[in-house]
Amino acid sequence: MSAALLIDILLWGSVLGVGLIAFRRGPAVFKASLREGSMDFINIVPRIALGVIGSGYIAAIIPQEVITGWLGPDSGWLGVASAVVAGAATPGGPVIGFSIGTVALKSGGGVPQVVAYVVAWALFAFQRVILWEIPFMPARFVWFRCAVSVPFPFVAAAIAMVIGRP
Amino acid sequence: MRKPIGWSTIIIAVLVAVSAGLVWRRDGTAGVLDILTHDLSLFGGILPRVLAGCLLGALISEILPHEKVSRSLGPKSGLMGLLIGTAFGAILPGGPFTAYPVASALLAVGADFGATIAMVVSWTLIGYGRAVAWEIPIMGTDFTLWRIVISLPLPVLAGALGRFVYVRLYPKPAMKDDET
Repeated sequence: MSAALLIDILLWGSVLGVGLIAFRRGPAVFKASLREGSMDFINIVPRIALGVIGSGYIAAIIPQEVITGWLGPDSGWLGVASAVVAGAATPGGPVIGFSIGTVALKSGGGVPQVVAYVVAWALFAFQRVILWEIPFMPARFVWFRCAVSVPFPFVAAAIAMVIGRP
Repeated sequence: MRKPIGWSTIIIAVLVAVSAGLVWRRDGTAGVLDILTHDLSLFGGILPRVLAGCLLGALISEILPHEKVSRSLGPKSGLMGLLIGTAFGAILPGGPFTAYPVASALLAVGADFGATIAMVVSWTLIGYGRAVAWEIPIMGTDFTLWRIVISLPLPVLAGALGRFVYVRLYPKPAMKDDET
Protein backbone atom coordinates (compact mmCIF):
# COMPACT_ATOMS: atom_id res chain seq x y z
CA MET A 1 0.00 0.00 0.00
CA SER A 2 2.91 2.34 0.69
CA ALA A 3 3.96 2.10 -2.96
CA ALA A 4 0.50 3.27 -4.01
CA LEU A 5 0.72 6.15 -1.54
CA LEU A 6 4.13 7.13 -2.89
CA ILE A 7 2.78 7.12 -6.44
CA ASP A 8 -0.13 9.34 -5.40
CA ILE A 9 2.17 11.78 -3.62
CA LEU A 10 4.47 11.91 -6.64
CA LEU A 11 1.53 12.34 -9.00
CA TRP A 12 -0.30 15.08 -7.12
CA GLY A 13 3.05 16.70 -6.29
CA SER A 14 3.74 16.96 -10.03
CA VAL A 15 0.28 18.41 -10.64
CA LEU A 16 0.89 20.96 -7.88
CA GLY A 17 4.35 21.84 -9.20
CA VAL A 18 3.22 22.30 -12.80
CA GLY A 19 0.11 24.10 -11.55
CA LEU A 20 2.28 26.56 -9.65
CA ILE A 21 4.30 27.31 -12.79
CA ALA A 22 1.06 27.85 -14.73
CA PHE A 23 -0.31 30.08 -11.97
CA ARG A 24 2.77 32.29 -12.07
CA ARG A 25 2.18 32.76 -15.80
CA GLY A 26 -1.14 34.32 -14.79
CA PRO A 27 -4.40 33.20 -13.22
CA ALA A 28 -6.12 33.18 -16.62
CA VAL A 29 -3.67 30.59 -17.98
CA PHE A 30 -4.07 28.57 -14.81
CA LYS A 31 -7.88 28.65 -14.91
CA ALA A 32 -7.99 27.79 -18.61
CA SER A 33 -5.83 24.71 -18.16
CA LEU A 34 -7.80 23.59 -15.12
CA ARG A 35 -10.99 23.87 -17.13
CA GLU A 36 -9.45 22.00 -20.04
CA GLY A 37 -8.10 19.26 -17.76
CA SER A 38 -11.52 18.81 -16.14
CA MET A 39 -13.20 18.61 -19.55
CA ASP A 40 -10.67 15.98 -20.64
CA PHE A 41 -11.42 14.07 -17.47
CA ILE A 42 -15.16 14.12 -18.11
CA ASN A 43 -14.59 12.92 -21.68
CA ILE A 44 -12.20 10.19 -20.63
CA VAL A 45 -14.18 8.69 -17.73
CA PRO A 46 -16.58 6.67 -19.93
CA ARG A 47 -13.68 5.23 -21.91
CA ILE A 48 -11.74 4.33 -18.77
CA ALA A 49 -14.89 2.75 -17.35
CA LEU A 50 -15.30 0.65 -20.47
CA GLY A 51 -11.60 -0.27 -20.31
CA VAL A 52 -11.53 -1.24 -16.63
CA ILE A 53 -14.79 -3.12 -16.54
CA GLY A 54 -14.38 -4.57 -20.00
CA SER A 55 -10.82 -5.82 -19.66
CA GLY A 56 -11.91 -7.77 -16.59
CA TYR A 57 -14.26 -9.80 -18.79
CA ILE A 58 -11.70 -10.21 -21.56
CA ALA A 59 -9.12 -11.36 -18.99
CA ALA A 60 -11.61 -13.83 -17.51
CA ILE A 61 -11.96 -15.72 -20.79
CA ILE A 62 -8.19 -16.04 -21.37
CA PRO A 63 -6.98 -18.98 -19.27
CA GLN A 64 -3.46 -18.50 -17.94
CA GLU A 65 -2.46 -22.02 -19.03
CA VAL A 66 -2.88 -20.87 -22.61
CA ILE A 67 -0.39 -18.05 -22.06
CA THR A 68 2.17 -20.29 -20.34
CA GLY A 69 1.63 -22.90 -23.06
CA TRP A 70 2.65 -20.36 -25.71
CA LEU A 71 5.86 -19.74 -23.75
CA GLY A 72 6.93 -23.36 -24.02
CA PRO A 73 10.45 -24.63 -24.59
CA ASP A 74 10.32 -24.15 -28.36
CA SER A 75 13.64 -22.43 -28.84
CA GLY A 76 13.50 -21.16 -32.42
CA TRP A 77 11.94 -18.12 -34.03
CA LEU A 78 8.57 -19.85 -33.85
CA GLY A 79 9.04 -19.82 -30.07
CA VAL A 80 9.84 -16.11 -30.22
CA ALA A 81 6.73 -15.44 -32.31
CA SER A 82 4.44 -17.31 -29.94
CA ALA A 83 6.09 -15.52 -26.99
CA VAL A 84 5.19 -12.20 -28.64
CA VAL A 85 1.56 -13.26 -29.02
CA ALA A 86 1.56 -14.45 -25.41
CA GLY A 87 2.94 -11.09 -24.23
CA ALA A 88 0.21 -9.16 -26.02
CA ALA A 89 -2.53 -11.50 -24.77
CA THR A 90 -1.42 -11.62 -21.12
CA PRO A 91 -4.22 -10.26 -18.94
CA GLY A 92 -3.65 -8.33 -15.72
CA GLY A 93 -0.87 -6.12 -14.46
CA PRO A 94 2.91 -6.40 -14.05
CA VAL A 95 2.76 -9.06 -11.32
CA ILE A 96 1.12 -11.56 -13.67
CA GLY A 97 3.29 -10.68 -16.66
CA PHE A 98 6.62 -10.91 -14.84
CA SER A 99 5.54 -14.00 -12.87
CA ILE A 100 4.73 -15.82 -16.10
CA GLY A 101 8.15 -14.79 -17.45
CA THR A 102 9.88 -16.12 -14.32
CA VAL A 103 8.00 -19.42 -14.45
CA ALA A 104 8.94 -19.80 -18.12
CA LEU A 105 12.62 -19.14 -17.36
CA LYS A 106 12.63 -21.68 -14.52
CA SER A 107 10.76 -24.35 -16.46
CA GLY A 108 13.16 -24.38 -19.38
CA GLY A 109 11.92 -21.59 -21.63
CA GLY A 110 14.67 -20.10 -23.76
CA VAL A 111 16.14 -16.75 -22.62
CA PRO A 112 15.55 -14.99 -25.99
CA GLN A 113 11.94 -16.16 -25.94
CA VAL A 114 11.40 -14.83 -22.41
CA VAL A 115 13.01 -11.51 -23.39
CA ALA A 116 10.68 -11.34 -26.39
CA TYR A 117 7.76 -12.10 -24.06
CA VAL A 118 8.65 -9.38 -21.54
CA VAL A 119 9.31 -6.79 -24.26
CA ALA A 120 6.09 -7.69 -26.12
CA TRP A 121 4.17 -7.49 -22.86
CA ALA A 122 5.62 -4.04 -22.16
CA LEU A 123 4.78 -2.86 -25.68
CA PHE A 124 1.40 -4.44 -26.35
CA ALA A 125 -0.27 -5.91 -23.22
CA PHE A 126 -3.87 -5.50 -24.33
CA GLN A 127 -5.15 -4.43 -20.93
CA ARG A 128 -2.77 -1.45 -20.73
CA VAL A 129 -3.55 -0.43 -24.30
CA ILE A 130 -7.32 -0.62 -23.78
CA LEU A 131 -7.33 0.84 -20.30
CA TRP A 132 -4.77 3.65 -20.60
CA GLU A 133 -3.30 4.27 -23.99
CA ILE A 134 -6.47 4.41 -26.11
CA PRO A 135 -8.43 6.62 -23.69
CA PHE A 136 -5.61 9.16 -23.31
CA MET A 137 -3.99 9.24 -26.73
CA PRO A 138 -5.38 9.91 -30.21
CA ALA A 139 -6.55 6.53 -31.56
CA ARG A 140 -4.58 6.99 -34.77
CA PHE A 141 -1.40 7.37 -32.74
CA VAL A 142 -2.06 4.22 -30.67
CA TRP A 143 -2.61 1.95 -33.68
CA PHE A 144 0.34 3.49 -35.47
CA ARG A 145 2.57 3.07 -32.41
CA CYS A 146 1.53 -0.56 -31.98
CA ALA A 147 2.07 -1.39 -35.66
CA VAL A 148 5.48 0.27 -35.72
CA SER A 149 6.50 -1.57 -32.51
CA VAL A 150 5.81 -5.06 -33.88
CA PRO A 151 9.40 -5.80 -35.04
CA PHE A 152 11.04 -4.84 -31.74
CA PRO A 153 10.36 -7.89 -29.53
CA PHE A 154 12.02 -9.85 -32.37
CA VAL A 155 14.93 -7.40 -32.44
CA ALA A 156 15.30 -7.80 -28.66
CA ALA A 157 15.30 -11.60 -29.02
CA ALA A 158 17.93 -11.37 -31.76
CA ILE A 159 20.17 -9.18 -29.57
CA ALA A 160 19.67 -11.65 -26.71
CA MET A 161 20.73 -14.52 -28.99
CA VAL A 162 23.87 -12.63 -30.02
CA ILE A 163 25.07 -11.41 -26.63
CA GLY A 164 24.02 -14.50 -24.67
CA ARG A 165 22.58 -15.10 -21.21
CA PRO A 166 22.42 -12.53 -18.43
CA MET B 1 -7.66 14.91 -26.86
CA ARG B 2 -10.16 12.91 -28.88
CA LYS B 3 -13.85 12.65 -29.53
CA PRO B 4 -15.68 10.39 -27.06
CA ILE B 5 -16.90 7.69 -29.47
CA GLY B 6 -14.63 6.41 -32.20
CA TRP B 7 -14.02 3.15 -33.97
CA SER B 8 -11.62 2.02 -31.26
CA THR B 9 -14.30 2.44 -28.61
CA ILE B 10 -16.80 0.52 -30.71
CA ILE B 11 -14.36 -2.36 -31.32
CA ILE B 12 -13.54 -2.54 -27.61
CA ALA B 13 -17.22 -2.42 -26.67
CA VAL B 14 -17.96 -5.35 -29.00
CA LEU B 15 -15.02 -7.33 -27.59
CA VAL B 16 -16.23 -6.65 -24.06
CA ALA B 17 -19.82 -7.65 -24.87
CA VAL B 18 -18.68 -10.93 -26.43
CA SER B 19 -16.36 -11.69 -23.48
CA ALA B 20 -19.07 -10.87 -20.94
CA GLY B 21 -21.41 -13.18 -22.85
CA LEU B 22 -18.85 -16.00 -22.70
CA VAL B 23 -18.31 -15.42 -18.96
CA TRP B 24 -22.09 -15.52 -18.46
CA ARG B 25 -22.37 -18.82 -20.34
CA ARG B 26 -19.54 -20.33 -18.29
CA ASP B 27 -20.16 -18.90 -14.81
CA GLY B 28 -23.73 -17.62 -14.93
CA THR B 29 -25.04 -14.30 -13.66
CA ALA B 30 -23.07 -14.60 -10.42
CA GLY B 31 -19.81 -14.80 -12.35
CA VAL B 32 -20.67 -11.72 -14.39
CA LEU B 33 -21.62 -9.74 -11.26
CA ASP B 34 -18.45 -10.88 -9.46
CA ILE B 35 -16.22 -9.38 -12.11
CA LEU B 36 -18.41 -6.28 -12.34
CA THR B 37 -18.20 -5.47 -8.62
CA HIS B 38 -14.46 -6.14 -8.52
CA ASP B 39 -13.81 -3.93 -11.54
CA LEU B 40 -16.14 -1.18 -10.30
CA SER B 41 -14.13 -0.86 -7.09
CA LEU B 42 -10.93 -0.85 -9.18
CA PHE B 43 -12.48 1.88 -11.32
CA GLY B 44 -13.29 3.97 -8.23
CA GLY B 45 -9.72 3.66 -7.03
CA ILE B 46 -8.29 4.71 -10.39
CA LEU B 47 -10.48 7.79 -10.92
CA PRO B 48 -8.48 10.27 -8.79
CA ARG B 49 -5.32 9.31 -10.66
CA VAL B 50 -7.06 9.76 -13.99
CA LEU B 51 -8.11 13.25 -12.88
CA ALA B 52 -4.54 14.04 -11.84
CA GLY B 53 -3.28 12.75 -15.19
CA CYS B 54 -5.74 14.93 -17.11
CA LEU B 55 -4.83 18.03 -15.11
CA LEU B 56 -1.13 17.29 -15.57
CA GLY B 57 -1.57 16.90 -19.33
CA ALA B 58 -3.57 20.13 -19.66
CA LEU B 59 -1.18 22.15 -17.48
CA ILE B 60 1.88 20.86 -19.31
CA SER B 61 0.47 21.63 -22.75
CA GLU B 62 -0.32 25.12 -21.43
CA ILE B 63 3.11 25.94 -20.02
CA LEU B 64 5.34 24.24 -22.61
CA PRO B 65 6.69 26.68 -25.21
CA HIS B 66 5.17 25.39 -28.43
CA GLU B 67 7.88 26.61 -30.85
CA LYS B 68 10.57 25.08 -28.71
CA VAL B 69 8.79 21.72 -28.50
CA SER B 70 8.16 21.52 -32.24
CA ARG B 71 11.79 22.48 -32.86
CA SER B 72 13.29 19.90 -30.51
CA LEU B 73 10.65 17.13 -30.85
CA GLY B 74 8.96 17.94 -34.17
CA PRO B 75 9.24 16.17 -37.54
CA LYS B 76 12.48 18.00 -38.36
CA SER B 77 14.17 17.29 -35.03
CA GLY B 78 16.23 14.39 -36.40
CA LEU B 79 18.09 11.91 -34.23
CA MET B 80 18.36 14.52 -31.47
CA GLY B 81 14.56 14.66 -31.18
CA LEU B 82 14.34 10.88 -30.87
CA LEU B 83 17.07 10.91 -28.21
CA ILE B 84 15.30 13.67 -26.25
CA GLY B 85 12.04 11.70 -26.45
CA THR B 86 13.83 8.58 -25.24
CA ALA B 87 15.52 10.38 -22.35
CA PHE B 88 12.25 12.01 -21.36
CA GLY B 89 10.38 8.69 -21.36
CA ALA B 90 13.12 7.05 -19.30
CA ILE B 91 13.03 9.64 -16.49
CA LEU B 92 9.27 10.31 -16.44
CA PRO B 93 7.94 9.42 -12.98
CA GLY B 94 4.62 7.72 -12.25
CA GLY B 95 2.62 5.15 -14.17
CA PRO B 96 0.42 5.02 -17.27
CA PHE B 97 -1.78 7.75 -15.77
CA THR B 98 1.13 10.20 -16.17
CA ALA B 99 2.92 8.81 -19.24
CA TYR B 100 -0.01 8.86 -21.67
CA PRO B 101 -1.48 12.27 -20.76
CA VAL B 102 2.00 13.80 -20.98
CA ALA B 103 2.66 12.07 -24.32
CA SER B 104 -0.69 13.33 -25.57
CA ALA B 105 0.19 16.86 -24.43
CA LEU B 106 3.51 16.68 -26.30
CA LEU B 107 1.69 15.61 -29.47
CA ALA B 108 -0.69 18.54 -29.04
CA VAL B 109 2.07 21.13 -28.75
CA GLY B 110 4.14 20.05 -31.74
CA ALA B 111 6.01 16.80 -31.12
CA ASP B 112 5.73 14.42 -34.08
CA PHE B 113 4.70 10.75 -34.01
CA GLY B 114 8.35 9.63 -34.15
CA ALA B 115 9.53 11.47 -31.04
CA THR B 116 6.33 10.61 -29.16
CA ILE B 117 6.72 6.92 -30.07
CA ALA B 118 10.32 7.07 -28.81
CA MET B 119 9.03 8.55 -25.56
CA VAL B 120 6.22 6.03 -25.00
CA VAL B 121 8.39 3.03 -25.95
CA SER B 122 11.22 4.32 -23.76
CA TRP B 123 8.85 4.80 -20.83
CA THR B 124 7.56 1.25 -21.11
CA LEU B 125 10.88 -0.48 -21.89
CA ILE B 126 13.61 1.42 -20.02
CA GLY B 127 11.64 3.57 -17.57
CA TYR B 128 12.77 2.81 -14.04
CA GLY B 129 9.32 2.91 -12.42
CA ARG B 130 8.01 -0.51 -13.38
CA ALA B 131 11.49 -2.07 -13.32
CA VAL B 132 12.12 -1.05 -9.71
CA ALA B 133 8.61 -1.72 -8.42
CA TRP B 134 7.90 -5.04 -10.18
CA GLU B 135 10.49 -6.46 -12.55
CA ILE B 136 13.50 -6.57 -10.16
CA PRO B 137 11.56 -8.13 -7.26
CA ILE B 138 9.93 -10.76 -9.49
CA MET B 139 12.46 -11.50 -12.22
CA GLY B 140 15.66 -10.63 -10.39
CA THR B 141 18.23 -7.86 -10.81
CA ASP B 142 20.44 -9.71 -13.32
CA PHE B 143 17.66 -10.45 -15.77
CA THR B 144 16.13 -6.98 -15.43
CA LEU B 145 19.36 -5.04 -15.99
CA TRP B 146 20.31 -7.31 -18.88
CA ARG B 147 16.85 -6.91 -20.42
CA ILE B 148 17.08 -3.12 -20.07
CA VAL B 149 20.52 -3.07 -21.74
CA ILE B 150 19.08 -5.05 -24.65
CA SER B 151 16.15 -2.60 -24.82
CA LEU B 152 18.30 0.56 -24.86
CA PRO B 153 18.42 0.98 -28.67
CA LEU B 154 14.75 0.09 -29.21
CA PRO B 155 13.01 3.44 -28.46
CA VAL B 156 15.18 5.35 -30.95
CA LEU B 157 14.75 2.60 -33.55
CA ALA B 158 10.97 2.53 -33.01
CA GLY B 159 10.80 6.32 -33.28
CA ALA B 160 12.93 6.28 -36.45
CA LEU B 161 10.78 3.56 -38.01
CA GLY B 162 7.70 5.53 -36.99
CA ARG B 163 8.97 8.65 -38.76
CA PHE B 164 10.06 6.66 -41.80
CA VAL B 165 6.61 5.08 -42.17
CA TYR B 166 4.70 8.25 -41.24
CA VAL B 167 6.14 10.47 -43.97
CA ARG B 168 5.35 7.77 -46.54
CA LEU B 169 1.86 7.10 -45.21
CA TYR B 170 0.96 10.78 -44.89
CA PRO B 171 3.21 12.47 -47.47
CA LYS B 172 1.69 15.91 -47.03
CA PRO B 173 2.74 17.24 -43.63
CA ALA B 174 -0.30 18.14 -41.56
CA MET B 175 1.70 20.52 -39.36
CA LYS B 176 0.99 24.09 -40.46
CA ASP B 177 4.05 25.47 -38.69
CA ASP B 178 6.29 22.98 -40.44
CA GLU B 179 9.16 25.00 -41.86
CA THR B 180 10.12 23.80 -45.33
